[in-house]
Amino acid sequence: MQPSPNPSRANLAGWLYVSPLVLVLVPFFVAPILVVVAASFFATDGFGGLTPGFTLASYVEVLHSALTLKLYLATIKFTVLTWIFTLVIGFCVAYFLVFHVRNQLLAIGLFLLCTVPFWTSNIIRMISWIPLLGKEGLINQALLALGVIRQPLEVLLFSDLAVVIAYVHQLTIFMIVPIFNSMARIDKKLIEAAIDAGASRFDIMRLIVVPMSKSGIALGTIFVVSIVMGDFFVVKVMSGGGSASVVSAFYEDVGVLQYPTAAASAVLLTLVLVAIVSLILRTVDIRQEITR
Amino acid sequence: MSAILADMPKTDASKTGAPATTKAIAPSKGGRPWTFYVLATLFVFYVIALYGPMFCIYVLSFQDIRGGLVFPMKGHSLHWFVDLFTQVRTGDVKGSFDRSIKLAVIVTVITVVVSFLAGLGFRKRFRGDTVVFYMMIGSLVAPGLVLGLGTGLLFQALGLNASWYTSALGAQLSWTLPFGVLVMFAVMSRFNHVWEEAAYDLGASRWQSIRLVMIPVLAPGLVAVALFGFTLSYDEFARSLQTAGSLNTLPLEIWSMTLNVTSPSLYALGTVTTIVSFIVIGASLGSIVLIQKKRGSSAKG
Repeated sequence: MQPSPNPSRANLAGWLYVSPLVLVLVPFFVAPILVVVAASFFATDGFGGLTPGFTLASYVEVLHSALTLKLYLATIKFTVLTWIFTLVIGFCVAYFLVFHVRNQLLAIGLFLLCTVPFWTSNIIRMISWIPLLGKEGLINQALLALGVIRQPLEVLLFSDLAVVIAYVHQLTIFMIVPIFNSMARIDKKLIEAAIDAGASRFDIMRLIVVPMSKSGIALGTIFVVSIVMGDFFVVKVMSGGGSASVVSAFYEDVGVLQYPTAAASAVLLTLVLVAIVSLILRTVDIRQEITR
Repeated sequence: MSAILADMPKTDASKTGAPATTKAIAPSKGGRPWTFYVLATLFVFYVIALYGPMFCIYVLSFQDIRGGLVFPMKGHSLHWFVDLFTQVRTGDVKGSFDRSIKLAVIVTVITVVVSFLAGLGFRKRFRGDTVVFYMMIGSLVAPGLVLGLGTGLLFQALGLNASWYTSALGAQLSWTLPFGVLVMFAVMSRFNHVWEEAAYDLGASRWQSIRLVMIPVLAPGLVAVALFGFTLSYDEFARSLQTAGSLNTLPLEIWSMTLNVTSPSLYALGTVTTIVSFIVIGASLGSIVLIQKKRGSSAKG
């Protein structure tokens, strides 16, 4: 540790080190959020012009619209489905890598294999489902050839199914990494001791592995939930315009310059998101989790 | 996510002497429990599903002029790649490609420097550190499109022109910096403070200890931060949409193509941009391995 003779100097040094970060986050995170909040109270002329003022009209409009409920239900449906699939697959993959792959180098290699797509374009990975799921796509061709179906399945692409597939494809990585990280910290001696004490494999899973992976699951959940709830392009492209989510409706609103309604809906969404994330954060100290 | 790369420093830890206790949970002596086969199958399917679709579009992008969006392949040629860079119809691919690379380089440099400094700062508690930390988490989980709109409106209100090197740069940093700092957390937590103390004991100044001790020791972690900075910026889309101004970045170009273009040139663009990503990933991981290897051999010799 660096010498720190008194606490106020330590405070000053700390702030000096993080000041560049703060100098970016204030104008490009805090200020934009405040602008959106402010815009939600403004009146509009309907052509993109904003009149500064204070009116709750946008909120009343958003909350009174039957569409809002529908959008939230659709968003929650996508979020819950994606969360379940990414959690199950992510947990299994992480478990396999940590506890079943005996060669550590191989485990790290396989782990990297899972993470590489994270560093490539999401949009490209999403459209790459088109040749597979399309009406004349590989899956339909295969099913037709096998005689399982007579007509090509249309629900594969441009449907809610396709949206969930694309989400799970993109976001499972966000579950694998934190769960892998927490599982890797489980002392193998603990498990051997449990075996010696007569625990069944189910007991080990229930009493050791799952509780000790909780923080990883929580972190992964925060990522998956916030990304799905904040997404619009997967919904827009993969549903073929058939489905909408809160943010895709926001996108349409912005497209027709309905800034105050869009802003009001964004503020509501952010509140919901903050509520969910802080609920999750009550179960895990994310900072301690990350820094230890 | 912090840990995506945290495993990299771990890699060498395992090489240099972590105990090799990687027994399967099951009390099996040599034989594998049935769950191994189930999970191995699931893993294989996962990897196939992860890469399979991507490879489909790479393959399909090499069709000739008759090519369509689905299999079977119609001929083999580079037609759609040529089409991509010559046709006006598909938009300004070359220009946006250029801009995206430049922007990603700028974002990378800023992300590495700022994340490194913040990583140093967060090692010790200071008054208000929690506020900064949660501001960062907030920036990470906030819906990108909303933040982008806010930034766009802010620039409009201030009478500034939105452009890729001002507003979009800032909007992308609000996305890459939290990742960078989280990776720094993971990297710093493995940094042995004894080395730094030794430097001070030998009379090093704070700057000398950073330059001569911390940066060399943390080099692999900094490469990892750079990898995040570059790829996250290069592929960033939601936050750039309302902030890039009149000139598109590459993901925005791809976005408009997904809505208009129904030819394999879309796939060709996907192939080109993924090749760039793979080069960057390969170079980063390669240099991390190289640094570790060099270190390992010099430690032995």
